[in-house]
Amino acid sequence: MNNLIKGEKHDWEMVIGLEIHAQVKSNSKLFSSSSTKFGSSPNSQVSLVDAAMPGMLPVINKYCVEQAVKTGVGLNAKINNYSVFDRKNYFYADLPQGYQISQYKYPIVGEGKVTIDFKDGTSKDIRIVRLHLEQDAGKSLHDQNPSKTYVDLNRSGVALMEIVSEPDIRTPDEAGMYISKIRSILMYLDTCDGNMQEGSLRADVNISVRKPGDEYGTRCEIKNLNSIKFIKQAINYEAKRQIEILESGGSIEQNTMLFNTSTGKTRPMRNKEEAHDYRYFPDPDLLPLEISDEEIVKIKSSIPELPDELKNKFIETYKLSNYDASVLTAEKQTSDYFNETINSDEELKNHAKIVVNWITSELFSLLNKNNLDLNNSSVSPENLGQLIKLISTNEISGKIAKDVLEDMFSSGKTARQIVDEKGLQQVTDQGEIAKVIDEVIAENQKMVEQYLAGKDKLLGFFVGQAMKLTKGKANPKMLNDILMQKLNKKN
Amino acid sequence: MKIDKNTINKIARLSRIKLDDKESEDYINDLNSILDWVEQLNEVNTENVEPLSNISSSILPKREDVSKDANSSDEILENAPDKLEGFFAVPKVVE
Repeated sequence: MNNLIKGEKHDWEMVIGLEIHAQVKSNSKLFSSSSTKFGSSPNSQVSLVDAAMPGMLPVINKYCVEQAVKTGVGLNAKINNYSVFDRKNYFYADLPQGYQISQYKYPIVGEGKVTIDFKDGTSKDIRIVRLHLEQDAGKSLHDQNPSKTYVDLNRSGVALMEIVSEPDIRTPDEAGMYISKIRSILMYLDTCDGNMQEGSLRADVNISVRKPGDEYGTRCEIKNLNSIKFIKQAINYEAKRQIEILESGGSIEQNTMLFNTSTGKTRPMRNKEEAHDYRYFPDPDLLPLEISDEEIVKIKSSIPELPDELKNKFIETYKLSNYDASVLTAEKQTSDYFNETINSDEELKNHAKIVVNWITSELFSLLNKNNLDLNNSSVSPENLGQLIKLISTNEISGKIAKDVLEDMFSSGKTARQIVDEKGLQQVTDQGEIAKVIDEVIAENQKMVEQYLAGKDKLLGFFVGQAMKLTKGKANPKMLNDILMQKLNKKN
Repeated sequence: MKIDKNTINKIARLSRIKLDDKESEDYINDLNSILDWVEQLNEVNTENVEPLSNISSSILPKREDVSKDANSSDEILENAPDKLEGFFAVPKVVE
């Protein structure tokens, strides 16, 4: 695979690392009992701790700690028995404390890795540097009033897991696959709801460019991207910008950038003179966080099957390709649906590949068209299984099955009902098919002569005519075979 | 470590505190004498001694994940100099 960008003088390679912020799926905040519910009226979920009233003390949420450990295990990472909360100091209107409680030197989770799978069957590991727990800030609205910013502190103090990758990513697509994979792991673990629109999952992207083989170039950081599409767009724009500067003899200034989603451009956020000095120091209000090996073992034992394990199981049990298996396991609802479908009938286990295709292409495209997802599909796994069984036993053709699926989707009926009601059973009676073909040949004598004279393309026409007469129900293979036989006899 | 004019200006800026020349001078002297006093600790040999984070030897207390309905907006906004429809209103900050 060629990951390089063509330049004026030589090719360029992107070097990309991601910092993903994942909101812990918890009822209450990291250090206070306020609710984390999304979309509540402004400042209605703010305790005196969140508002940083003098004398208030943080008390850590045990569940959030467990979720961070769980996530660490899911990222194949080292869990640290000892970690420390630090204050990251800066002034901003939506940060009442004047500091964010985060983890700096001693994060709760250390080095790990995740694997991304490519369409061509290859895969790649992206190394994780660390995962730490921290507080989210409040929300500022800048565009409501020309001279004011409005602040809502409901999000202030909500628990975030920041997941930092090594700069192992080389293309915008890899960045997209990486964040999808992290999202998938978080959702299997149920430690984050993965909702990028609501900001439960967002990323900062670090990017630099270099001549392949050279040292890393100077990087820029693009802040706060909340969709995979924007991540890819921002990377593409920023890489191009950096290459243009370097090729015209300039140098890259290390900078924090903002991405404008309507123009698709990045621009610097702060200039260097005012570079932040966070003055991290251990939070004197919080003792170090200690987790025993027993607790870690207990949390590990509660972890469900993760996408990679499930993927390998699918490959082994059903002889699926690496790519098919990774598509199936990318989202938990997809793998659940596949499992339920294939387990609905013993016979289907020999047709796993067909089951995959019917879920990931036919059913998915119907769902997409109707803006639905598997969770609210009107076709149950059992009913899809029944439809596939009708195909695998030759009762209906694949082509007719597509219409049946659409009918099932809109009417909620079972495949069996629809096939019986409409009489869609495939015609597999040799004599009946032969009769239709004779009819077609008799009615199209001229065409037959042309065909015999070498116009091979006409074969499709005869097949089409015969299918029309049988209302598409003739078994396509039998139809073809008999047609060939009859035509060849004439020769 | 010595505090000089540049350092005091930087600290003042980070703390959003405005200092005049006289105040800067005073703080330079005050902070330097504090640092000198603390630096006496360097005389103690701390090789092979683990940093002590807390003398209480207690462990970090934890809460269960139970949310309390706060419905806090009135109380939280009570001291706000300016507010609108449940939001704090502050001078525009745009980066």
